[in-house]
Amino acid sequence: MSDPTIDSPEITETLDLWVAGTEEPEFSPTDEGEQEISDHESEARLDEQFGRVVEDDYVFDDGVDEGERMILNMGPQHPSTHGVLRLQVELEGEIIRRTKPIIGYLHTGMEKTGEQLNFSQGGTNVTRMDYLAPFHNELAYSLAVERLLGIEVPPRAAAIRVLLTELNRCSSHLVALATNGMDIGAISMMIYGFREREQILGFFEKTTGLRMNHNFIRPGGVAADLAPGWKDDVAAILTELPRRLQQYDDLLKDNPIWIARTRGVGVISAEEAIAYGITGPALRAAGVAWDLRQAFPYSGIENYEFEVPVGEHGDVYDRYRVRIEEIHQSLRIVEQAMDSMPMGDYRVDDRKVTPPPRARIDESMEALIHHFKLFTEGFKVPPGETYVAVESPRGELGCYLVSNGEARPYRIHTRAPSFANLQGLPIAMADSLMADTVATIASMDPVMGDVDR
Amino acid sequence: MSDETTTVEETPPVGPERPLPEHPVLRALFEDFETVGWVRSLGQDVAQVPNEAWAGFAHAVRDAGFEVCVDVTVVDWMRERPERFEIVANLLSMAHKLRLRMTTTAGRVDPSVASLVPIWPGVNFAEREAYDMFGVTFEGHPDLTRILMPDDWEGHPLRKDFGVGSVPVQFKESHQVS
Repeated sequence: MSDPTIDSPEITETLDLWVAGTEEPEFSPTDEGEQEISDHESEARLDEQFGRVVEDDYVFDDGVDEGERMILNMGPQHPSTHGVLRLQVELEGEIIRRTKPIIGYLHTGMEKTGEQLNFSQGGTNVTRMDYLAPFHNELAYSLAVERLLGIEVPPRAAAIRVLLTELNRCSSHLVALATNGMDIGAISMMIYGFREREQILGFFEKTTGLRMNHNFIRPGGVAADLAPGWKDDVAAILTELPRRLQQYDDLLKDNPIWIARTRGVGVISAEEAIAYGITGPALRAAGVAWDLRQAFPYSGIENYEFEVPVGEHGDVYDRYRVRIEEIHQSLRIVEQAMDSMPMGDYRVDDRKVTPPPRARIDESMEALIHHFKLFTEGFKVPPGETYVAVESPRGELGCYLVSNGEARPYRIHTRAPSFANLQGLPIAMADSLMADTVATIASMDPVMGDVDR
Repeated sequence: MSDETTTVEETPPVGPERPLPEHPVLRALFEDFETVGWVRSLGQDVAQVPNEAWAGFAHAVRDAGFEVCVDVTVVDWMRERPERFEIVANLLSMAHKLRLRMTTTAGRVDPSVASLVPIWPGVNFAEREAYDMFGVTFEGHPDLTRILMPDDWEGHPLRKDFGVGSVPVQFKESHQVS
């Protein structure tokens, strides 16, 4: 059945199509004058493309017409902004001149919520901030509460904490690598990264009952002992992951496309990183060997041997390399923690802080009272204020905790590494190409739950 | 108790009655500023700075080797203290592997303090968050606008007199369907 409107004469008249042969084109179809191989394909250009020369600063062109400047909103609902990050970019053609990150779309007032929850409930709140590194949030919070209480956790609890946080660093970096690969176009990297992460999350689920948001590291120790057979699971991760990391290297390390998309892209120098408070892999990629695990050791991590990998240029490629190396180093720590896991209690033997064992509640009136008090009003923390920081996969994760002697924190503030690192985006993206934006964002690895809290 | 610790404990009272930290870097810093008090809070060094000396002391601290200001935040003491707001800045020295916390106070009416952005550009977001959440003005900040809350939000949520759950529900009409 034919549509009568198609054949109607007025429609064909309005169609302004250029048909070959009807009029003289301005150019000859066989003229290749503009497509000749010119000096931009020179040796120097090839060096740049293969990453042998790192060049970031584009020359500012004063001759650009005002009409060429354009402000573009990227996000908040953009898949490559890792959540709800909105970037206002000022463009001159393809080149970004200025960037303004606009955040707050995921703000849920977790610090205000934290003031309403008592100290034993607080872990459920902080673990949801940086949802890719929940153990680090819990650890920073628990260490702050413990410092206010003045208690030391048993060696086994400290070792379990190290084991879990370092495995968490691996799983978080795997997501960073996966999303970084996906944003640049290496889709297989995304599948690989999430696949390996699943193995680690499987271990977390077996240990804590949940894949994420564990609330497992609590003030006074950890919630439960490691599950039976945990050594087999950790050993399986320790044999599997290095093999997979080798595959990632085969896929990406010398891949010319990967190098062309990452070398010299999103450069943050060491001076800039320090001035803007950027920590974590972004700082180490710039060549600063700063790691809180070495500078201010916590939870007995000074007893384990590991190295702090550093980069050289501070670009996306170096941040990718630093993450890969950090996974190797974290696996070293995990192996040592597995082999030297001390026996003993997994939480502090202080009935004012940790609940009594279930069996004791049936026998002892004291235990019943302690249990009741702990779960109705919680434990009271002496007045004071403290700041405790741990090295999360994204940098310095701090917990500033103020208590006025009650069962709830008077003020709980999280120094979020993603929040500070986002300030590096305008520096990294200035005078770079629009196409490099997603690579830069992904390499900074912001977690919007951490940024907005 | 070894001999070393006892000798170290004897050295601090050399100066006037004012207590001073042991670490040479911190000690030199506090000796230059008469009005800045030093306390040790659970093993951490805290500098209690008068509001008007905030930027000047921060300059000296930066020059003494504290190259990173990791965080700026505020505590609302409501009626518990005469000066309602306490502004807290956590500093880090990578060179000396040292931390220092700077605090100052601001009053109930139009609380304000000098901005640290000219000294450490990285506190930009942190000061915007503190302004957003507490309404403390940081004078000299290049772009002191709300960062987490919507621009047209009224009030400052982390103040103690900002109630919980008193916000009218957005998109209320969606419940009236059906």
